[in-house]
Amino acid sequence: MIPLLQASQFPGRHSVLEPAGAQAALIKDGLWDPMFVTASVTFALVVAALLWALLRRRVGGETLEDPARQRRLGLTVSLATAVTTIVLFVFLVVDSTVGRATTATPGHSALQIRVTGHQWWWEVQYRDSLAQHWVTTANEIHIPVGRPVVVELRSTDVIHSFWPPNLSAKRDLIPGHENSLWLEADSSGEYRGQCAEYCGHQHAKMAFLVVAEPSDSFAGWLAGQRDTAATPADSLTRRGQEVFLGSACPMCHAVAGTPAGSRVGPDLTHLGSRRTLAAGTLPNTRGNLAGWIVNPQAIKPGAKMPPNALSPDDLQALLAYLETLR
Amino acid sequence: MSSPCRSHWATWVRGLALAGLAAACRRETRQFDNWPPTASAAAVVREVDLQPGPPTRHVDLVGPYDGNAYGTGEGKRLYNQMNCSGCHFQGGGGIGPPLMDSQWIYGSQPENIFQTIVEGRPNGMPSFRGKLGTDQVWQLVAYVRSMSGLLPKDVAPGRNDDMQVRSQEQSTTKAQPGRSTLPPSAEHP
Amino acid sequence: MTSMLEATDRDRSGRTAASEAEVVMALEQTWRPEPGLWGWLRSVDHKSVATRYLVTAFVFFLLAGLEAATMRLQLARPENRLLGPDAYNQFFTMHGTTMMFLFAVPVMQAAGLYLVPLMIGARNVAFPKLNAYGYWVYLFGGVFLYLMFFLNTGPDAGWFSYVPLAGPEYSPGKRVDVWAQAITFTEIAALTASVELIVTIFKMRAPGMTLNRMPLFVWAMLVQSFMVLFAMPWVATASQFLAMDRLVATHFFNQAEGGDPLLWQHLFWFFGHPEVYIIFIPALGFVSSIVTTFTRRPVFGYPAMVLSLVGTAFLGFGLWVHHMFATGLPQLGESFFTAASMMIAIPSGVQIFCWIATIWEGRPRFGVPFLWAIGFVVVFIIGGFTGVMIASVPFDQQVHDTYFIVAHFHYVLIGGAVFPLFGAFHYWFPKVTGRMLSERLGRWQFWLFFVGVNLTFFPMHQLGFEGMPRRVYTYLPETGWGSLNLLATVGAVIMAVSVVLFLVNLARSLRAPHLAGDNPWGGETLEWATTSPPRPYNFPLVPVVDGRMPLWQHPDGLPALAGLRTDVRDVLMTTVLDAEPDSRHRHPPPTIWPFCAAIATTITFITLIFTPWGLVIGFPFLLVAFIGWAWPRGQDHQEQRRVEAEAAVEVAG
Repeated sequence: MIPLLQASQFPGRHSVLEPAGAQAALIKDGLWDPMFVTASVTFALVVAALLWALLRRRVGGETLEDPARQRRLGLTVSLATAVTTIVLFVFLVVDSTVGRATTATPGHSALQIRVTGHQWWWEVQYRDSLAQHWVTTANEIHIPVGRPVVVELRSTDVIHSFWPPNLSAKRDLIPGHENSLWLEADSSGEYRGQCAEYCGHQHAKMAFLVVAEPSDSFAGWLAGQRDTAATPADSLTRRGQEVFLGSACPMCHAVAGTPAGSRVGPDLTHLGSRRTLAAGTLPNTRGNLAGWIVNPQAIKPGAKMPPNALSPDDLQALLAYLETLR
Repeated sequence: MSSPCRSHWATWVRGLALAGLAAACRRETRQFDNWPPTASAAAVVREVDLQPGPPTRHVDLVGPYDGNAYGTGEGKRLYNQMNCSGCHFQGGGGIGPPLMDSQWIYGSQPENIFQTIVEGRPNGMPSFRGKLGTDQVWQLVAYVRSMSGLLPKDVAPGRNDDMQVRSQEQSTTKAQPGRSTLPPSAEHP
Repeated sequence: MTSMLEATDRDRSGRTAASEAEVVMALEQTWRPEPGLWGWLRSVDHKSVATRYLVTAFVFFLLAGLEAATMRLQLARPENRLLGPDAYNQFFTMHGTTMMFLFAVPVMQAAGLYLVPLMIGARNVAFPKLNAYGYWVYLFGGVFLYLMFFLNTGPDAGWFSYVPLAGPEYSPGKRVDVWAQAITFTEIAALTASVELIVTIFKMRAPGMTLNRMPLFVWAMLVQSFMVLFAMPWVATASQFLAMDRLVATHFFNQAEGGDPLLWQHLFWFFGHPEVYIIFIPALGFVSSIVTTFTRRPVFGYPAMVLSLVGTAFLGFGLWVHHMFATGLPQLGESFFTAASMMIAIPSGVQIFCWIATIWEGRPRFGVPFLWAIGFVVVFIIGGFTGVMIASVPFDQQVHDTYFIVAHFHYVLIGGAVFPLFGAFHYWFPKVTGRMLSERLGRWQFWLFFVGVNLTFFPMHQLGFEGMPRRVYTYLPETGWGSLNLLATVGAVIMAVSVVLFLVNLARSLRAPHLAGDNPWGGETLEWATTSPPRPYNFPLVPVVDGRMPLWQHPDGLPALAGLRTDVRDVLMTTVLDAEPDSRHRHPPPTIWPFCAAIATTITFITLIFTPWGLVIGFPFLLVAFIGWAWPRGQDHQEQRRVEAEAAVEVAG
């Protein structure tokens, strides 16, 4: 039941027009709505003027050389130009105001999250003054509702762009440059985001999920993420851990509390608690996980994870182990 | 009188054009879905020449990514991500032997390098059996060969977006592979 | 200087029909095109070169359209498997590169190269050999790009080739090098054409055609050519930086060695934004011509129209950063570009108001070209509005790189360039071929295209709001983008049908010609004064102009100028501002050297993809070709000296 429920929720809300945060709301209410109305009205006026000019009844005695008529026409054109200029100027002022509001620096209470773009997944890190409290996860960003969050954006390979449309505008992740943006969720929920800058073969499947939750459950989640992975309790999961450590997995993935510590691919310490797999591509179910491990290239052709020819028993044990990583 | 000569030329031109086209296609292929993964390393590479019956002719295995720029580039990524640079550095060698010179202890053929990676070698080269997919090993093989100029220049990688610590593989002049002496510790027991 | 040439009214009673026939016969003999393939390769006539340009650009338009249609089919439903990521990336890169570099800019310049000399009453363009060279370079570059595409070496880093993705580390192989070099071909072609047009317009206008009597299309081409001259060198620089980063390990775009990936974006968009106006401004010229003819009234506010064109060109160079609002540039800097981006709406607005005023004053006839002009206004202003919207930094940061932008610039480019272009095609087809296109098929084509464009691109605004990024080869069913994408694909099919109708229309007119007269639409500019199709020398006698609407002012025949020799290829040069006769110039005969020079250029460029020694390898070829090009021919030299001596004597006299 629970996986089904999750599947139906997946992939979360994903729209500019349903703002769930201050920035997105400012852009939608402060810019898009007035712009849409103004543009529609102007469009209607211009098309109406065009149709009138095309279809108006011509009187027999009109002459082109009538200077009064020329003057009137010139005046109309000048007036239209003046109105255009004034509308644009008003728009410029509104735009600057909204721009200042969306980028105003948040207070000291802001939560800092570091997001690093990789081909084609997102590394998410919650830093702390104590290094052992650092939390590293992937493709899923938990934030507390009602608290500003500063997202530091970096890239290790090519340019990506971080964009959760319900919460905030986008910002590029450029190798060698440090960018950041801030956002704040008004209500709890799951908001989908996707890479917006063309970044290679799997640009299409490089999504993430922002999970906004009340601050106490966020604190609980963060505390849970700080734990190292659970020790396997039964023989199946023990076997699964052996498979994990004995196969290609630890060459790229880390599981805290085990010898696996590579940072090439996503950190799997709490894989079982995540809602999606493969950067927001698949709901996190056992079947999807199995398919992903065995042949990722069928799901995301070009992804950096190679196929893994595991025997059925090994695969089942591995899946059982990975599901304990909650 | 001129027609045989002309057809001779035409054949040559056509052959050259076809070869060029084939090379271009091979260089640029992006092959992702190699499923099922090719046979395991043991089936690909023979440990020794000894076998029952008369000796068969030795056939050089061609690395599947030797003419493929994308595969070679992936090999370069793996070279750093799998920490090959930890011992071989950027090809100049340090803890492990250099890979950008003409001296090969265990042979410069793709199959030799494949075997070195999969089986490991004495004195510190670990075995990557089961740790890398067969395709990934072949990609590494192609990259390692590019480091000493054994691949065509249009296939070998260009510079990296990092501090420049070595000249790009593309500009490496081809080193005639020679065999260096086997260190005593590496002899078969 | 005027004294050496006598300007007289073409007085039909004074000049006998026999003497005019003699002039025509002599000109026919002197300007006779050479027969056969050899003659075809050697041709330097602006009309045959421009026709080749047009046909080639149209073929590229069809190819890029096919690529677009394939992409639309791929996106028609979620998780479609028609194109994989690798193929899709090549397709969208080729679509963008072809449309921008191989279709839009060349087709506009080709229209200019065909029409400008006719509109200003000249016999040819100023540098006919350079003109031919530009075409061959363009052709070889385009063919080279497509050849490589068919060999799986089509570029796949986008038409914008952002580094580091397009750099040596993330795009191994030669795909991006092919892109960088292919656009170098088109840059050279564009630069030659722009130099060509500027000098032609400044120095070869008919006597009396002062700058303020030039047709608006000629103004548009003049302004566009200056934009090309200032914009193209930037992308040439950038693409050569990229090629060097990839081939000889320079570090222009490598952050770790002191380069910067953002440098690429600045250089690229400093060309890339003016590029939009380079495409759009000639289209404005088309519309002005069509509106004038079909309302039977001179365009209202000629000075305002000209100033708008010039203003657009200046402002067009101050907007490039609005392509980079998401890169995190300083806010104060960004707001300047917001203001500039909004400001450019003003000259565009002025032109639209002036056209509406023209129509209001005139007596419109709803011919097919005029339909396209009206369609242009409607479609283009939608793109214009969204363009003003994305001048806003916060709003742009929401919709940047989404399907909203795809919708926006297709409205701008299809509305602002393709609609006027189809209109221009219908309008000038009779002049170029001497045959009319079918009005009925033309109407069908227009309405299908109009519906198709809106059906394809309007839903994309909504897709962008729903979070669909650009350049994705597929999307998940859960995103809910399926139905709008299917709608867009249906629209694309309708557009394809419309283009097929256009081809049918062309084929029909070529098979069963409906002959056009000299001036089928009742146009007012000089090109309608000559035969359809024009003879190689364009005009038997150089026309003299005393207003903006020469054919309407002189319905009984234009005044003409005598004094040019008919036994040699004489052309007339006039002064820059007032178009007073200045000097005579000997037009070069047909020659093979531009073709050879283009081959040498091609050899150099293609070799440069594989080795930096390409320069050395190509140098001897280039040397031979350009020496051959510039080799003085004794006879011509003497002739020129004689002309100059004559002129000196006449001036002295």
